[in-house]
Amino acid sequence: MKLMKKLGALLLALTMAVALAACSDTGSNPSQPGGGEGEPSKSVESAEPNQGGEPAAFTTIEEGKLLMCTNAAFPPYEMTDDSGNVIGIDPEIAQAIADKLGLELVIDDIDFDAALISVQENRHDVILAGLTYREDRDLVMDFTDSYATGYQVIIVNEGDDRIAGTNDDLELIDKDGNKLEDIQIGVQRGTTGETFCQGAHGVDHVTSLDNGSVAVQALINGQVDCVVIDKGPAEEYVKNNPGLTILEAEYVIEDYCAAVDEGNTALLNAINGALNELIADGTVQKIMDRYISAG
Amino acid sequence: MDLAYYYELWRGMMLSKDPMLEGWQVFFVRFYQAFLENDRWLQYLKGAGTTLYVTAMALCIGVALGVLVAVIRTAHDQQRPGNRNFVLGVINLVCKVYVTIIRGTPMMVQILIMGMVIFSSSRNYTLVGALTLGINSGAYVAEIIRGGLMSLDPGQMEAGRSLGLNYFDTMRFIVVPQAFKAILPSLGNEFIVLLKDTSMISVIGGQELIKAARDVINRTYDAMFPLLGSAFVYLVLVLIFSYLQGILERRLRQSDRR
Repeated sequence: MKLMKKLGALLLALTMAVALAACSDTGSNPSQPGGGEGEPSKSVESAEPNQGGEPAAFTTIEEGKLLMCTNAAFPPYEMTDDSGNVIGIDPEIAQAIADKLGLELVIDDIDFDAALISVQENRHDVILAGLTYREDRDLVMDFTDSYATGYQVIIVNEGDDRIAGTNDDLELIDKDGNKLEDIQIGVQRGTTGETFCQGAHGVDHVTSLDNGSVAVQALINGQVDCVVIDKGPAEEYVKNNPGLTILEAEYVIEDYCAAVDEGNTALLNAINGALNELIADGTVQKIMDRYISAG
Repeated sequence: MDLAYYYELWRGMMLSKDPMLEGWQVFFVRFYQAFLENDRWLQYLKGAGTTLYVTAMALCIGVALGVLVAVIRTAHDQQRPGNRNFVLGVINLVCKVYVTIIRGTPMMVQILIMGMVIFSSSRNYTLVGALTLGINSGAYVAEIIRGGLMSLDPGQMEAGRSLGLNYFDTMRFIVVPQAFKAILPSLGNEFIVLLKDTSMISVIGGQELIKAARDVINRTYDAMFPLLGSAFVYLVLVLIFSYLQGILERRLRQSDRR
């Protein structure tokens, strides 16, 4: 009995040690202990974003690497290719930024709502995911300058003329201008489209799906009556799925930005500096043209 | 012979809505684009590899935890009345809390908590997923093993001890071999559940089989074949697993007098 007790204690201690070791192994990155709120101590406040040249000293989670998260189901901004790599406008812009900053770009493809959290948790340095600037998001992360403009559009099945457009309250209306009551809207979870539709039509009339392409499949199957999503991916979906069409009405105009953790001003300024150079010398436009007009 | 040729041909017919196109040709095109085009089957294979890797990792963690908890719980419960050990009581309580929490919360919630709260700064999603599954599995394995140990007549242990074997030798040569045979079916059950539960780590970014299937769906806008295909792969994996379990059971039964 005594021996068993000792052995039990030993086992327990071992397990704990292993568990602790596992924690430190996966969780620790020497340069970044947890929350980034107090982080900018190292940064130089005065760095002008447009200064070019040398931006303020910034730190990334892993030295020499720029960790980016995205949700690669948002063509043409981000999608996966047949070898599982993330490609699209955002990865290319991020690559250009990383090149300017002398960093190696690492991209992780996770769910969109998880990606939003990931940046705040300092798991990733930056999110580029066709991310729209919103005030409530600005409370928890810092947005860069905008590099693209997006519209929320409405995709419907061809020949379905129930939905005529939207009114000023972002409600979907029929031909006579009345709010459509009996309607099911498909959106991507965590997007601005979801927020707007839930605000206008109530949670019961909005089906939130994992990503845009699942939402479009729900539309094809008839599970939802329309899909509200950004224009870029919408065009891509409609092009690949005969029988769908985009309504003329533009729902909401939005600015796409990259974002870093709230308070990480040094990195923000560095990315902004690089981004503005890329916009100024036409690189961003070139990347956009390649993906959007090529189709 | 040249599948790619027919794929292109019939796909073109599909796009132009050719009325000559027959159902089986559409079927072929959808099958081809789900698995064969651009060697997409390699992605499923890679995903299945991750699935197996996560299962193996979780299995090791689960069995280690399970055995530990089961032995502690059994040792505590089988103490003689009036001969209670305080330290053992405390450890037993910890084990009980662990089993209660893990069995009382959904797998999905545990994965989300591990991925988004506890290991919120780790980018090794697969490892976090494996750890979560292992900790989860450990609670169930513990109860299965405890059931096996408790089901044996206490006389077995007493006989062993009175023959001069110490606690561990009695466990090793008398109790565990008998208990193991009894719990093997339910243990196999648990492992199969574990294998299938790995599909859930995709919610925190694990790159396993379902993730691969969903990537293909996002590119082809066709859900049927990628999902059916990955279901088939899971089924095959489970069949292999049960086959191996069957062999083991047969071997263990050889000494039975029947």
